[in-house]
Amino acid sequence: MSDSPAPRFALGDAVRVKEDWPERRRLPSGAPSCHIRTPHYLRGRTGRVERVLGAFPNPEDLAFGRPAPRRVLYHVLFAQPPLFNEGQPGDDVLVEIFEHWLEPAATAAKEAA
Amino acid sequence: MSPPPRPESVAQLERLIAALKAKGIVTEEELTARQAQTDRASPEIGARMVAKAWTDPAYRALLLRDGSEAAEMMGVSMAGAPPLGVLEDTPARHHVIVCTLCSCYPRAVLGYPPSWYKSFAYRSRVVREPRAVLAEWGTVLPPHVELRVVDSTADYRWMVLPVRPAGTEGWGEAQLAALVTRDVLVGVALPQAPVAAAAE
Repeated sequence: MSDSPAPRFALGDAVRVKEDWPERRRLPSGAPSCHIRTPHYLRGRTGRVERVLGAFPNPEDLAFGRPAPRRVLYHVLFAQPPLFNEGQPGDDVLVEIFEHWLEPAATAAKEAA
Repeated sequence: MSPPPRPESVAQLERLIAALKAKGIVTEEELTARQAQTDRASPEIGARMVAKAWTDPAYRALLLRDGSEAAEMMGVSMAGAPPLGVLEDTPARHHVIVCTLCSCYPRAVLGYPPSWYKSFAYRSRVVREPRAVLAEWGTVLPPHVELRVVDSTADYRWMVLPVRPAGTEGWGEAQLAALVTRDVLVGVALPQAPVAAAAE
């Protein structure tokens, strides 16, 4: 697709899911102001890019009928035990995450330091 | 079984359809065609795809590279459907699929999702304690098999390509497909070869 953005991350890159909670920012009416496809349990967690899945219209815009620019979607792999402090080492969770929810894990570590 | 739809919901749906038709967004023919396509879809389609992949290396490669094209090859129209991805089980790794955010499901090749797939209990538990949830189905994975939970959160729909059971050498596609249930395609169960089970 000609309007597909180039992927910022590549296979094997360590990425961190942004620790952002847009669902807490409500409209003056109290109604939710957003639609999010990034699960809560991954916010702030570090994973590894397993696959670049292509670019798709941003569902956060589609949900409100706004123009939806295409965003790159990744399959990101997270080790299971640290996510919930339980589970068996070696098990993992594979999740589709849009690029604007990801940042390089190295940068995140620097910020935290 | 789901309870019958409430009359006010039916009336609301009729008003929505009338509005969409009036605006030229959908036609009656499109609605009928989509409804027929949805009603035709069942786990038997996914089972046939798995059985073919077990017996035909070229189809297996296609299925793993482009699930949508592999479905089209089986006569399934994927037009308008989200892309289908297929996850390959190996003797060292098993996949199980969930949508923690809602109930994304590969309807084009599996039909309607079962109610447990949409339940809060399955969605919240399988991502956190997957081995315990699978054990409740009688699916006990040996510790050396790594378990990968696939949370279907966005634009893809996912299906599992399980490992072909031992003891099925020489079986035909139809015989193999009968081993592949809906639960196997979601990953909460493993295909059971009756011959191998009887031999134990």
